Amino acid sequence: MKKRFGSSLFGVGGYGVLSPPPALGFFALESTCRLFRRGRACADRAYGLRPVFASEAPTARGPRCSSCEMVKRRGFLSLLLSVGLTSGLLMTAGCETISDIGATVGEATGTIRPEEAESLRRAGIAIGRTFEDITPEQEYYIGRAVSATILSQYTPYDNPAANAYLNELGQALALASDKPETFGGYRFLILDSDEINAFAAPGGFVFITRGMLRLCQTEDELAAVLAHEIGHVQHNHGLRAIKSSRLVTAFTVLAIETTRTLAGDEMKQLTEAFEGSISDITHTMMTSGYARRLEREADAAAVMILKRVGYDPNGLKRMLEEMDRQLEPGRRDFASTHPPPRDRIRDIRRMIDVPALAEPPAARQQRFERAMQGV
Amino acid sequence: MKTKWIMAATLLVGLAVSAQAARMSVQVREGHLRDRPSFLGTVVTAVEYGDRVEVKRHQGPWRYVAFADREGWIHESALTRQRIVMEAGEVDVAGAATQEEMALAGKGFSAEVEQEFRAQHAEIDFSWVDRMEQMAVTADRLAAFLREGGLKAEGDNL
Repeated sequence: MKKRFGSSLFGVGGYGVLSPPPALGFFALESTCRLFRRGRACADRAYGLRPVFASEAPTARGPRCSSCEMVKRRGFLSLLLSVGLTSGLLMTAGCETISDIGATVGEATGTIRPEEAESLRRAGIAIGRTFEDITPEQEYYIGRAVSATILSQYTPYDNPAANAYLNELGQALALASDKPETFGGYRFLILDSDEINAFAAPGGFVFITRGMLRLCQTEDELAAVLAHEIGHVQHNHGLRAIKSSRLVTAFTVLAIETTRTLAGDEMKQLTEAFEGSISDITHTMMTSGYARRLEREADAAAVMILKRVGYDPNGLKRMLEEMDRQLEPGRRDFASTHPPPRDRIRDIRRMIDVPALAEPPAARQQRFERAMQGV
Repeated sequence: MKTKWIMAATLLVGLAVSAQAARMSVQVREGHLRDRPSFLGTVVTAVEYGDRVEVKRHQGPWRYVAFADREGWIHESALTRQRIVMEAGEVDVAGAATQEEMALAGKGFSAEVEQEFRAQHAEIDFSWVDRMEQMAVTADRLAAFLREGGLKAEGDNL
């Protein structure tokens, strides 16, 4: 059976024989009934003779005690998640996944119910999902939480005039990008920090420190910094930082969800995956940095955006030169998360094919200086 | 005769597929159809997340679409080929899990999960994120900003 996933999430090739690992044997979900009360026997033979009570849950084979139902459900969710993760290791292009085989075998032998087999098959498909399958709505909620996390480490700069100016400039740039529309739209905020830094959270939440603003001498230079951040949003760089295992969990829970409200365990798994995703993104953004290839992509997007709006793309080169002079190795700022400015200048030189503007139009410079007063 | 039937059937299938392909969904919370392919164009009507629009033609990244009894331009980044199910039932969940052309609103990393995350992380304050969301820029203000700054007020989305 041909599946949409062509390669393993874990980069492992194929195994000659596909068989469920021992830990995933379907009987591994069995658990003894925890409530020892008197009553009729639980009809779920896999559990053996178990006391059954008032809140018995009917199954195809008769009543099953609520405790067994609960234990089995929890075990089944864990199994699905395990299957999702392990299938990645066992998959080969064009082969059936372990979840397909497991579902078929389990269903045929009566070990799992048909609806559980269906969930297992869906879980198999879920592992093929990547960051590209994250919808703009989900990207928005990830972006909100990443932003809130950034704001737990930096104090916002509460200057309405400066933030309004930043949003007008940022919006003009964002709308000229290749991804002008995000679920909730682009928003920009100044951080009250002397660090020389800027961040972009998924969905279009962009942050820039006062330290970075003070480095900008013109609106064109500030536009260059913001356009670089918009480039990260345009290319989904934040979402790419999420570990595959988080997405497997999230999409598996989504795939097996059968009710409008998530059950406790499912919500717990999903929230943990969400938490992990936020952590992956903020760590990459604030500590380890994106790969140089991604920074180059963001710089290329910035040059394109600046040209489209009518800003001098040389503003990006000037900002990088200035950062090269100001940044101190070892300090928490742009230098710790970005390739050396000199390398970036070399990378973008060919993209900037217009002569540098002698000086920006007077009105543009005046409003920039007005907005930056006190910053 | 048989060949004709096959050709007719193929044509019908082709038409059905192209009609299907011309239908897209709004994937942003709030979108606008405008009178020209530009964010500075006059808004003809507003569209919401999940609304289905019919694509009539395109110009670069802009799509000229029909929604209800109105027509206008919207940027491709606001649209998806997926059908977005707003109130997903069990059948929808099964469908979305196995079909790429379907997406569920309010599922996965959603408002519900954000609430749970916030409940577990009282130290993370979302109030400034909510304030950021209020910092929207109107099309009029944007046009004035571009004009005053001697920037391009037309072409390439603007």
